[in-house]
Amino acid sequence: MTATEVTTEVKPSTKVGNPTLAVWKFASCDGCQLSLLDCEDDLLAVAGRLDIAYFPEASSGMMAGPYDVSLVEGSITTPGDLKRIKEIREQSGLLITIGACATSGGIQALRNGADVSEFIGIVYAHPEFISTLDTSTPIADHVTVDFELRGCPIDRGQLVETIAAHLAGRPPRIPTTSVCVQCKARGTPCIMVSQGTPCLGPVTQGGCNALCPTYNRGCYGCFGPMESPNTAALAQQFTHLGLTDSEIARTFRSYSGWAQAFREEADKHEIPQGTNQ
Amino acid sequence: MNTPTSVTIDLTGLGELVSELVARGYEVYGPQVHNGVITPDLLRSVEDLPVGWTDEQEGGRYRLVRRNDGARFGYAVGPQSWKEVLHPARTKVWSMTRDSAGELKVTMTEPDRPLRAFVGVRPCELAAIAKQDRVLMHGPHPDPVYTANRENTFVVVVNCGEPAATCFCPSMGTGPKAGPGYDLALTELVDGSEVRYIAEPGSDLGAAVLRGVPSAVTSDAERERGRQVIADAVDRITRQIDTTGIRDLLFGNLESPRWDQIAERCLTCGNCTLACPTCFCTNMEDVTDLSGDHTDRWRTWDSCFSLEFSHMGPGPHRASVKSRYRQWLTHKLGSWIDQFDESGCVGCGRCITWCPVGIDLTHELSEFRAAPGPKRELEGQPT
Repeated sequence: MTATEVTTEVKPSTKVGNPTLAVWKFASCDGCQLSLLDCEDDLLAVAGRLDIAYFPEASSGMMAGPYDVSLVEGSITTPGDLKRIKEIREQSGLLITIGACATSGGIQALRNGADVSEFIGIVYAHPEFISTLDTSTPIADHVTVDFELRGCPIDRGQLVETIAAHLAGRPPRIPTTSVCVQCKARGTPCIMVSQGTPCLGPVTQGGCNALCPTYNRGCYGCFGPMESPNTAALAQQFTHLGLTDSEIARTFRSYSGWAQAFREEADKHEIPQGTNQ
Repeated sequence: MNTPTSVTIDLTGLGELVSELVARGYEVYGPQVHNGVITPDLLRSVEDLPVGWTDEQEGGRYRLVRRNDGARFGYAVGPQSWKEVLHPARTKVWSMTRDSAGELKVTMTEPDRPLRAFVGVRPCELAAIAKQDRVLMHGPHPDPVYTANRENTFVVVVNCGEPAATCFCPSMGTGPKAGPGYDLALTELVDGSEVRYIAEPGSDLGAAVLRGVPSAVTSDAERERGRQVIADAVDRITRQIDTTGIRDLLFGNLESPRWDQIAERCLTCGNCTLACPTCFCTNMEDVTDLSGDHTDRWRTWDSCFSLEFSHMGPGPHRASVKSRYRQWLTHKLGSWIDQFDESGCVGCGRCITWCPVGIDLTHELSEFRAAPGPKRELEGQPT
């Protein structure tokens, strides 16, 4: 590629003090926060445009609020979470949730509808010390969320794009179309058509650049339902591919299993989750 | 040019043809087996061609299958077409940088004008390239990227002897024998492991290239074999579309309940439009970085199945699934004729095979034909 140059005059931007950034964790694996730390050169650019005021995963230096931008990872699973998320909301200008846990309850939402006290009794030596809710729910079920960034984990490019967009005062460019769009753009042949592999890609929002199908794995639905998910039609195709109802339910009930469209489709194919089978 | 004269080349000649193109400075592309499908890619040698492979296709299903012979072109079409090369999924249009003095500097992307030879283009794909030429190159505002990619292509078409069950090119008048527009046309004659090609030049350049390849005069028997290959292919194509009055058929059925039935199955995933070799729609994306001093404008493939595609002030005006499928089908087979005096479909069958749930437009059209829905007068564009 060669290039020609065109020069246009504009006024320089004037920079006032940097906005502050806080990063919060609820029930989660920390993977989405790690995506931020994994931004490498872009992280330096983030630090250049935002003062990182509260980010315990990265720094022991913690500044008091309020904060201009809060990134919230994880789902609400304890009574303490319920109280803390409201305090964070009050201290935050912009509240952005990051990842499948924060946006749809995460894999731990498999507990929803099940007998949580039974789990606690099996897992913990002293169940009496455990204080937890019966459900794992997304942040937006409890406080107003300004923007949701999907993924398990989030895509660091989308995270940088979201921050850059908010700094520039423009809407983030986060496509809500299917994973298939990303498969086709990168030349990955459809594994459902060419190999008969069940794949949630057609009903899942792209964002991962079609990572799993490119490595011959069906999409796990990490980015949650796409803009107009026809889960019933896809489930019917799964039946043609030989999946049982129970397998179909489990396919939908994964990282974004508590997202409404996936949850409702799973429910159609199996007895309510948490019931012994 | 003079009247085309066909010659016969053997496998050595096929190798020499590629060598001749390379010697003339062409990057040579040809079909290859990658990730369980046959797809065009840079060809290092004719050994890379899918020797002894064929494909089996049905709605929502594609499988590679072994052949018992040495055919190099014994299959139909894979998921990717030449569109991926000529009209790439993602292209940077320009970059803009703000320097320390606050001046904006715009750097336009000047596309390369590569010499590329496409070996193994199918007749339906040749027709698809011609349709994209018309839209992207011969209109009042030629697309610079497409034009740069297209203007120096050398096209070796291979007439189709192995159509898939999803093919319906005779209905669209695009195959299985190639129409005009190629530089060279080959017809593959297979006798076990022995393979020969009848080669016909379609341009002066094609004739010149062919003169650099060892060949023999095509015998009457070979010529007859070649005709038989095409005739057999025609006989084996089972899907069809009755194109008589197809525009009026579609536009007279805009409120048919059939669209609702299709919508129950349609995933709105966009695969049909992305696999289609004639779909050309694009979106523009501006990407700013964190510094706020740099932005890139990218052109990306778009699809009429996305909500954003029809997003106007109040929201997407094609929010329902049926309105999106209807938009695609009525444009492809109906209003494309109004715009470009021809159909937008070449009958390659990719939208059938690569639809994850196997929606078959040939079947849907026959349903409209068999049971026309309530007619209504057209008032502007369908929504």
